[in-house]
Amino acid sequence: MSALAISGDLVTAARRIAAAVVAPAADAVDREARFPREALAALREERMLGALVPRELGGAGATIGDVAAVCEILGRACASTAMVYAMHQIEIACIVRHGLSSSFFRDYLSELVRREWLVASATSEIGVGGDLRRSICAVEHEGLRIRVTKRAPVISYGEEADDILLTARRSAEATPADQVLVLVRRGDVQLTRTGEWNTLGMRGTRSLGFTLEATGSADQILPSPFAEVASQTMLPVSHVLWTSLWLGLVSDAVGRARAFVRAEARRAPGTVPPSAFRLAEAVAELSTMRATVHNGLLDFEQHQDDPDALAGLGFAIRMNNLKVTASRLAPEIVGRALGVCGISGYRADSPYSVGRHLRDAHGASLMISNDRVLSANAAMLLLHKED
Amino acid sequence: MITDDIRAVLIEHGRLAVDPASLADQSNLYEAGLTSHASVNLMLALEERFDIEFPERMLRRGAFASIAAIRAGVEELIGQRA
Repeated sequence: MSALAISGDLVTAARRIAAAVVAPAADAVDREARFPREALAALREERMLGALVPRELGGAGATIGDVAAVCEILGRACASTAMVYAMHQIEIACIVRHGLSSSFFRDYLSELVRREWLVASATSEIGVGGDLRRSICAVEHEGLRIRVTKRAPVISYGEEADDILLTARRSAEATPADQVLVLVRRGDVQLTRTGEWNTLGMRGTRSLGFTLEATGSADQILPSPFAEVASQTMLPVSHVLWTSLWLGLVSDAVGRARAFVRAEARRAPGTVPPSAFRLAEAVAELSTMRATVHNGLLDFEQHQDDPDALAGLGFAIRMNNLKVTASRLAPEIVGRALGVCGISGYRADSPYSVGRHLRDAHGASLMISNDRVLSANAAMLLLHKED
Repeated sequence: MITDDIRAVLIEHGRLAVDPASLADQSNLYEAGLTSHASVNLMLALEERFDIEFPERMLRRGAFASIAAIRAGVEELIGQRA
């Protein structure tokens, strides 16, 4: 199947389920802060969870660009669903880009394609203060068996996932930044809830706090050091996919504003309603966000197979700028859409409602905090000298 | 001696889990506790100590993975300045 056919199929399937399943459930998912189970069932039926797995292992061999397009489409329908999909694909990307030298991980990916397993991420840790590049917990080795106990402040869809990729120190003797990624399997994991998820937005991501206790075998440790996986894959792919879904979310809000203005114009043909001017401002800003997000994807695609470039400060700074800029624009633009729609947008029960969009959009600059991202850039800018 | 100067900078700015004086030239500094945050301070201190500027291509993890790797980079830049 050609590359075009793969992306075409994925995008077509995404559009179909977004309209048929994901969008209709979005308000209930938000109101009840529940997992978007209908959306995940549809994604599995369309075999979209295994999309990134290479053809040689039975997968569709989709690219990050394909997945980003899907995230944007899902983001238009339901940002929580899109975020679950994005977080899962970030984990698969880490395995695909850094795990194929391991027969365990090759077999895992082949099976994942057949079973459409959902993978969650446990990178943050209580006591570490939000820095993903340090861990307190460590992999305990007993011969070929391993054991890990991690206190995670959040694990998005931790209860609904099949498997979890977690970070931990390589061993009990390892320093805090000497981390590995470990894939732990549902049957081997015990999750104890330590916190709820009752938030302003992104309510369907079910990002509860857990104490995680897991056992497994040593071959469940991803071969590459986490430091490499983080800078070469986890961070850039996270920022590309998150900003794509935020772009979809914001585009849907602006789309409602456009529909509102057209309805007003039809009621008074021959005039340009005042709301149209506000819409023009919102659309101009949206085009800035679209350009930022697409440029970020192109930047990643240009360098994705070049470890030297991926490890460079310039690339890291640009990928951080992508996240900071898009997350700053998202709630601004949705706010403008609300201004266009007025009371109809403010209500929760109209075709022009954008309340959920606004609340979801505010999460973008907080998860993870832009302060942390900009601080990282500040440190790098002490050394980095080029544009 | 360049290596002695590098060790001195490591002691002051490396924030390693072990005493830099005890590290072999080829020892992996990241395994000895060098974090990305500390490596920025280390790079700045090295630039100041040797009056050099690391170009982008040398601001990679590998360039600071060991005392030997750092010495190679520093010697290359000092040589270019001469």
